[in-house]
Amino acid sequence: MAVMLEQVFQVDKGAYETAGEASMTIKRTLKRLGIDASILRQLSVASYEVELNLVIHSLGGTLTLTVDPDKITLISKDVGPGIPDIDKAMTEGYSTASEEARSLGFGAGMGLPNMKRNATTFDIVSEVGVGTCITMTFALH
Amino acid sequence: MTIRDVKEILGAEVLTGEELLDTVVESGCGADLMSDVLAFVKHRTVLITGLINQHVVRTSEMLDISCIVFSRGKRPGEDILEEAEEAGIAVLSTPLTTYTCCGELYMRGLTGAKQHASVTGAAEEAGR
Repeated sequence: MAVMLEQVFQVDKGAYETAGEASMTIKRTLKRLGIDASILRQLSVASYEVELNLVIHSLGGTLTLTVDPDKITLISKDVGPGIPDIDKAMTEGYSTASEEARSLGFGAGMGLPNMKRNATTFDIVSEVGVGTCITMTFALH
Repeated sequence: MTIRDVKEILGAEVLTGEELLDTVVESGCGADLMSDVLAFVKHRTVLITGLINQHVVRTSEMLDISCIVFSRGKRPGEDILEEAEEAGIAVLSTPLTTYTCCGELYMRGLTGAKQHASVTGAAEEAGR
């Protein structure tokens, strides 16, 4: 089926001031498209978490939004540093976030599990020295 | 309970969102850790916090939180209030502590936001 919308957002390492702006744009765009409020809330939370992860943990990356008639896909792709132990990173409470991230109210080690909880499908692939790619889909029906 | 009730119960000042005071709120959440707030997906929630930065507003917008109460007399800057106004979120400031705010609201029937089951911890283990 035809893709209805595709948008790519650049997310920079350490950009705490602007962190969340891509997710706000995504939320407002999808709201205008009339996406169901409860699906939109789950997608927004996952999007915000993954965007913050790019700012806090990655060397920079992109967030890509694709809207299809039956689902919405969010892909976060960064250029490193990669996650050595994904199982550990998926554990609630485990975090390697900096003091700066923590002082803003983040880094509680809830991000990845919370994305998985909110998305219909969640996939994470990571290689140290290469980068991390997280693909989440949200079913619309 | 409406945001107006919250304002009166907490003796709070409305910093932005005067037009939202008749909005109904169904649950409350007291937290300084936005990571935890993000794990409580429930709409029509009042967030009571002592943390002041833009991420309090952005986190609230993502969750459709309709009202933020800054406790211990804290007042956010104009930039944060503008962001809240744009997001359609009412912002209040009260001299009470977060603990007291939660107690006062809970006593009058505003229950807590429900936490989701863990996806990696004991809850999942038990379900296997």
